[in-house]
Amino acid sequence: MLPKQEVVAMLLAGGQGSRLGVLTKNLAKPAVPYGGKYRIIDFPLSNCVNSGIEAVGVLTQYQPLELNEHIGNGQPWDLDNMNAGVHVLPPYQRSKKSDWYKGTANAIYQNINFIERYDPDYVVILSGDHIYKMDYSKMVEAHKKNNADCTIASYEVPMEEASRFGILNTNPDGSIYEFDEKPKVPKSNQASMGIYVFTWDKLRKYLEADEANPKSSNDFGKDVLPAMLEAGERMFAYRFEGYWKDVGTIDSLWESNMDLLAPNLPLDLADPDWKIYARSPVMPPHYIAAGASIQNSLISEGCTVYGEVDFSVIFPGVTIAADAVVRDSIVMPGAVVEEGAVVQYAIIGEDVVVGKDCVIGERPEKIENKDEWGVAVVGPNCRLAPGSKVAPKEMIGEGVKA
Amino acid sequence: MKSNNLTGIIFGYVHEDGLRELTAKRMMASVPFGCRYRVIDFTVSNMVNSGMNKIGVITNEKYHSLMNHLGSGKAFGLSRKHEGLSLLPPFGTEESTNTDGKKIEVLDSISRFLHDSKDDYVLLADVDIIANMDYNDILDRHIESGADITAVYRRDRVPAGRSNSIYSIDVNDRIREVRVTRDMNAVANFAMGLYIMKRTLLLELVEDCMSHSAYDFDRDLIQKNVSLLRILGYEYRDTAFILSSVEEYFKANMALTNVEVMRELIFKPNYPIYTKVRDDMPAKYGLGSSVSNCVVADGCVIDGEIENCVVSRSVKIGKGSVVRNCVIMRDTVIGENCRLDNVIVDKNVKITDGKTLIGETSYPVYIGKAKTV
Repeated sequence: MLPKQEVVAMLLAGGQGSRLGVLTKNLAKPAVPYGGKYRIIDFPLSNCVNSGIEAVGVLTQYQPLELNEHIGNGQPWDLDNMNAGVHVLPPYQRSKKSDWYKGTANAIYQNINFIERYDPDYVVILSGDHIYKMDYSKMVEAHKKNNADCTIASYEVPMEEASRFGILNTNPDGSIYEFDEKPKVPKSNQASMGIYVFTWDKLRKYLEADEANPKSSNDFGKDVLPAMLEAGERMFAYRFEGYWKDVGTIDSLWESNMDLLAPNLPLDLADPDWKIYARSPVMPPHYIAAGASIQNSLISEGCTVYGEVDFSVIFPGVTIAADAVVRDSIVMPGAVVEEGAVVQYAIIGEDVVVGKDCVIGERPEKIENKDEWGVAVVGPNCRLAPGSKVAPKEMIGEGVKA
Repeated sequence: MKSNNLTGIIFGYVHEDGLRELTAKRMMASVPFGCRYRVIDFTVSNMVNSGMNKIGVITNEKYHSLMNHLGSGKAFGLSRKHEGLSLLPPFGTEESTNTDGKKIEVLDSISRFLHDSKDDYVLLADVDIIANMDYNDILDRHIESGADITAVYRRDRVPAGRSNSIYSIDVNDRIREVRVTRDMNAVANFAMGLYIMKRTLLLELVEDCMSHSAYDFDRDLIQKNVSLLRILGYEYRDTAFILSSVEEYFKANMALTNVEVMRELIFKPNYPIYTKVRDDMPAKYGLGSSVSNCVVADGCVIDGEIENCVVSRSVKIGKGSVVRNCVIMRDTVIGENCRLDNVIVDKNVKITDGKTLIGETSYPVYIGKAKTV
């Protein structure tokens, strides 16, 4: 038996993230690079450590190689503790009834034994595709104060967008009386962030019941939470204020990276009291040559820049040649942008080579029909032949494009 | 992990006088270098990249910042169950052990460490060399040649400001004569402070020196034995900087703005230079900033103009400031509308708005750690 942990965090990192297209072809969504040197999962993992949660399970299923490598023994997050730390939890074979993770609730159900080893009072369920800084310990405090069975973090979205989210309708004391999944006429603008605190004994009971129900899709949002509400369990919303972004789509991933360039962003990555930890590559400082021009951009270590970089986020080990232009774009680790290439409103994947004089993406004001405009994406390891064009909104997979 | 049969001993405190104030509160080993490194990162990384996994670092009494930097050796992959990194602080003898001349005494005081080693060979390394070397090349030559001792040297202008061993070498690479001298303004074969020999031979020689009250490594162990032992010279010809003075230190940092030098020293494939991780965010360049020929580390916020600079982690440079030919160490904040030219700014310095500081390339101004200007 391991020493008791009051709180265990379970991070759902098994999703494919199909809306990110080529970026997640060989990579689980939580391992997608973000913000110049991070991967998405660095945010929830760092939040856990900064919130004092020392036992973290990461549930993996889809394309876990890079994610496993990234998490490793958890050392970058100080999660290589003696008696707790981070554990990667793929589905495994058992004496009877083995299966893949069928849904978010089933993934936790299959790891009841893992959770029980720590004998926790509370379990925090997190997802691996959100960018935010949050003190989970405050949410657990609120959960305790309300004597709640389940607490759901909520985020105020603009009313006109509320119909895209799962909306929580609450009483004045914060208790939830209704879930409204993507309502046509929303009654409130409190969206569920997909972050839950459960009292463990209660959750285990509902997970077991959910598993026994053959009609269930084994999903927290669709099955477990409605069942709890129907049974009259104490469920509360926990209002989160600050920066929060779901980066599950190309547009939101691009936007969220660009947000880092805005002044007065409520997501301070330099805050020494709430650092976001990452597995840092062993790279030298970056080099900016004479004749280069950099405006309002983030540049990481190991980069070599001869050209022009405007309003962009450049990851470690990127080379931008002379006369190349990168504007309003994200260039992921190890990519090379050769001479004369112009990259605008684009996401360039890891280790891509953008050949000479390539034109990737376009400014929105240059496109008449705005429906045709969008962020251009070049998938990891693509080698674009000199002079190639990638249209706005186009997505190029692996391989060579002439 | 399989080791290459070579134990490393790093002298972390050698030749400190030349760097004046830079080593007032820290050892040579922990002097910041090249934006994100400490001087010792080069020697330790070279050893790790050469497959060595028993490394001892000899310190003097200013070892606090070095301990903090190296920790258990995790960042270098040296935090291991067997062998790994050992810090060897000054042994409490009646005399202090922080000067060059007493290397023998220090080696005697760590003889337990040397006895415990299972490796046949020992590499003794002065820390004040910035180079990216594979020590296996030297070990191979040493074994192949059957020499008793192999001493690495460089043929170049003799570094000013420190004591040097100058070698006369015959056609068979054997060192025939050793002169120990200061301030020799000429081109010659000077020692890089890297020696390979059998571990048992080192222990014997140290014991012999101790029994004769002879404590100077260069004079008593090398020079006196030059005709008794086969001491071979190994010339190192690749890029290297010897941090013998503040001017040389400045020059070596500035050399990193040359991409070729950067590639040879730090960005060499399969020979990475490791250092402590700091978890800073990427560097942020503001609107209206201007950068030309600079090496910059993570965490910096650059709103002013920088040219030919080496800028360490989390340095802030305010709007309207013009900073040229400067080495700026970590967490320093330069306010708005400042002008700096040929300045070495140590870490945690505050330069308030509107200040002008001008040095010369041959004599840079130095601003001490945590000062406010």
